[in-house]
Amino acid sequence: MAESSHAFVRTAILPAQKPPLTEKGVIKWLRENLFSGWFNTILTLIGLWAIYSLIAAALPWWLNGVWNAGSLGECRAILAERAGPDASGACWAMVRDRWHQFMFGFYPQDQYWRPATAFGLLFAAIAPVLFSGQKGFQTCMLAGVAAFLAATFWLAQVPMLAVGLTTILMLVLLTLAQVRPAAVMWFTVIYPALAFFLLWGGSFWVPVAAMTGLLVLLVAYRLLLPRTGVGIAAGAGIGLALLWWAVLDAPVAAGLTWLAPIGLEPVASDRFGGFLLALTIGVTAISFSLPMGILLALGRQSDMVLIKTLSVGFIEFIRGVPLITLLFTASLLLQYFLPPNTNFDLILRVIILVTFFAAAYIAEVIRGGLAALPRGQYEAADALGLDYWSAQRLIIMPQALKIAIPGIVSTFIGLFKDTTLVAFVGLQDPLKGITQIVRADIAWKGIYWEPYIFVGAIFFVICFGMSRYSMYLEQKLKRDHR
Amino acid sequence: MAYAGEVPKPRFRPGMLIYDTRYRSLTIQLIVLVLFAFGLSWLINNVIVNLAAKDRTFDFGFLWNRAGYDINQTLIPYTNDSTHGRALFVGLVNTLVVAALGCFLATVLGVIIGVLRLSKNWLIGRLMTVYVEVFRNIPLLLWILLSFVILTETTPSPRDFRVTDEMIAAGQAPAARMFLNDSVAITNRGMNVPAPLFTRSLGTAGIGEFQISLNFLAIFAVIGASAIVNRRMVRRARALQEDTGVRPVTWWKSLLVLFVPVIALMLALGFHLEYPRMTRFNFSGGIEVLHSFTALLIALVLYTAAFIAEIVRAGILAIPRGQTEAAFALGLRPGRTMSLIILPQALRVIIPPLISQYLNLTKNTSLAIAVSYMDLRGTLGGVTLNQTGKELECMLLMMLIYLTISLMIASVMNIYNSSVRLKER
Repeated sequence: MAESSHAFVRTAILPAQKPPLTEKGVIKWLRENLFSGWFNTILTLIGLWAIYSLIAAALPWWLNGVWNAGSLGECRAILAERAGPDASGACWAMVRDRWHQFMFGFYPQDQYWRPATAFGLLFAAIAPVLFSGQKGFQTCMLAGVAAFLAATFWLAQVPMLAVGLTTILMLVLLTLAQVRPAAVMWFTVIYPALAFFLLWGGSFWVPVAAMTGLLVLLVAYRLLLPRTGVGIAAGAGIGLALLWWAVLDAPVAAGLTWLAPIGLEPVASDRFGGFLLALTIGVTAISFSLPMGILLALGRQSDMVLIKTLSVGFIEFIRGVPLITLLFTASLLLQYFLPPNTNFDLILRVIILVTFFAAAYIAEVIRGGLAALPRGQYEAADALGLDYWSAQRLIIMPQALKIAIPGIVSTFIGLFKDTTLVAFVGLQDPLKGITQIVRADIAWKGIYWEPYIFVGAIFFVICFGMSRYSMYLEQKLKRDHR
Repeated sequence: MAYAGEVPKPRFRPGMLIYDTRYRSLTIQLIVLVLFAFGLSWLINNVIVNLAAKDRTFDFGFLWNRAGYDINQTLIPYTNDSTHGRALFVGLVNTLVVAALGCFLATVLGVIIGVLRLSKNWLIGRLMTVYVEVFRNIPLLLWILLSFVILTETTPSPRDFRVTDEMIAAGQAPAARMFLNDSVAITNRGMNVPAPLFTRSLGTAGIGEFQISLNFLAIFAVIGASAIVNRRMVRRARALQEDTGVRPVTWWKSLLVLFVPVIALMLALGFHLEYPRMTRFNFSGGIEVLHSFTALLIALVLYTAAFIAEIVRAGILAIPRGQTEAAFALGLRPGRTMSLIILPQALRVIIPPLISQYLNLTKNTSLAIAVSYMDLRGTLGGVTLNQTGKELECMLLMMLIYLTISLMIASVMNIYNSSVRLKER
């Protein structure tokens, strides 16, 4: 190396030093995320204090929970004996004592297997819709359903015939999911009738005759489609199906019942309650409000003045009034608008009004999706020579619905939460109806945290699950690469 | 030789009503019109037949009849001798009070939570996420019922506040204490808060049945005038700053203009607070705020704030990162970046969904039924309906009123929305 005027030049490279203690690991993370300035430090301290006070208040209460008692007084006695006179503690014995009412309302106790089976099969029915084209997920879900049903049959007294039929059904579905996953969809189509039969009971032939109407619709549509357009085929199909339901449905069902009296013990609607009621209303309204919402959104976008006006009027009216007023309409006003002496089930009336309510909101969400589609997509569909319905089915709706997924799912979540409002027209919803009954009982008078936490937790799990599923769906359907 | 112009016009054939898209829409609309007219006339006919069968008429005359029931919260004068129509207005005012207060508080809380959820503080971000998820995924009804139950069942009864001579002699403290320097008492019956009173009152003025306190009117007028003067002053300061580069000191002038006139007016009117005092069995004096009102308000605010927080967060996230970087490059501090660059742009994204949240909150006030708060549904759709048996009239009128409120909120907010919208060519 050349001589230099500098006194010292280092020639060897120093070994790398460790970073300062404050710039690595946990301390760095803490400094950056929790204590990066006086304001953040204060916030962190407030947050820590909030968490501490919450835990300090709730944890002993939670840990002291009593699971075995017959009444609140007994609960408190056990608590005082176990943890001292001033200790606070949850009385989960209430949940243990009354869980069946929260779940099934006043459904006959020996028939609990029916709603439980219907609930399990619900997941088998929605599996092909939720995870279309994904064999793995579908099979997992069906296996889960099978496990749930097995547990139900283990715990409840179930007629052997029902066990056998359900086992065969599940085996068929599991096989189909392996061989032809698309065919599982047929179970989704017949599920409503099956669920109706399981929940309300009565003659087996009533739902069968009702489903035959749907079959009439489908056959007429298929036969007429090549000769006429979609509109006429669908119109004629619906007309024929209505004719079937109006004229032939009841006699056929009665006749078949007379010939072969198969059925389950009928259960009246007023015995429905708890989450059984919430899910019945919620699932039915959700599955009907989506198609209705799509039609309303298309009507609102239509060039036909009359159809547009009617759609806008319907949507804006429904969105402008609270759901409670619609529920009161169902319970008080429908008797004025229907012919004298028609009296149909309150649950059905409520479902119809809730469906209308949700459909108006869904229509607006889908309209947003339609508006977000570039104009070129419509023009491209026209350029391909597609007619209106084909264009909607193949080009417009798949994209518009994809954009609208978050909005649709949050509408569904809102709808499911709103099923609690049916308490105000005298139905036993889990939140107000059943809780009030439990709290009015002399044994559980004065209990308030436990029922609300129990019911709230179940609602949270269902709604949170729905919102997570919508995120998964968004990811799955994402086609742009950003 | 054939020219395009010479193509003969196709004659109209009946088949074109179905196969020709130009005429098909007419056919469809005609069919829909017939079906609609048929359905409507069927419904109206049913109503007429049903009303006749029940020997009832369709008229709104009952609104002028004596109501004969009491309402526990009346913000406009009302006794049980008043008419059903007046009860309707009392209910409407109660609805609007909860809705207005709820919208305001929910916006404040929602903005705070939405901004905190985006903060770099890991702990606070997570806590706010938990808050939003918990409140969004659990029905509003649960929050209303729970807050009402907690307010009514965990609070002491009024007699726990009583201090007797024996207790003083024995040096005992009463079982329950009042809050905020002995001014607020929360009992299981309600919340007693101080009432504003004026010794030299201006009295009331009004048209017909509707009375407005002149004191509050004067105070609002003075506050409004002060605000206008203050705004002028600030605007002039800004103009001066743009001309000369030096901003005159205005903060003490602002304080003076904003507060001195109001305080002077209140002193002149003899403003004082009347504290609730314990009498033999209950509190007297002050204002008793019903627990049903408080519970409804708390639940609505907490629930709606979770939704507003998400809207605010989405709005802020929608502004490209480049905007913040550009503001920093210009040398703006983080606070000014937020208030001058980010928020004005984010507002455009935030306002439309915010409108629908306000609408939702207003409609959700009808859940007052769960805690028997006498809102519009409680008076018109509740007691009046049950007393008169005029289900059809009451329900239709109630729907109409809610619809009007909704449309009014929507149109007011849409005007605001168009005023902050990006001005494009």
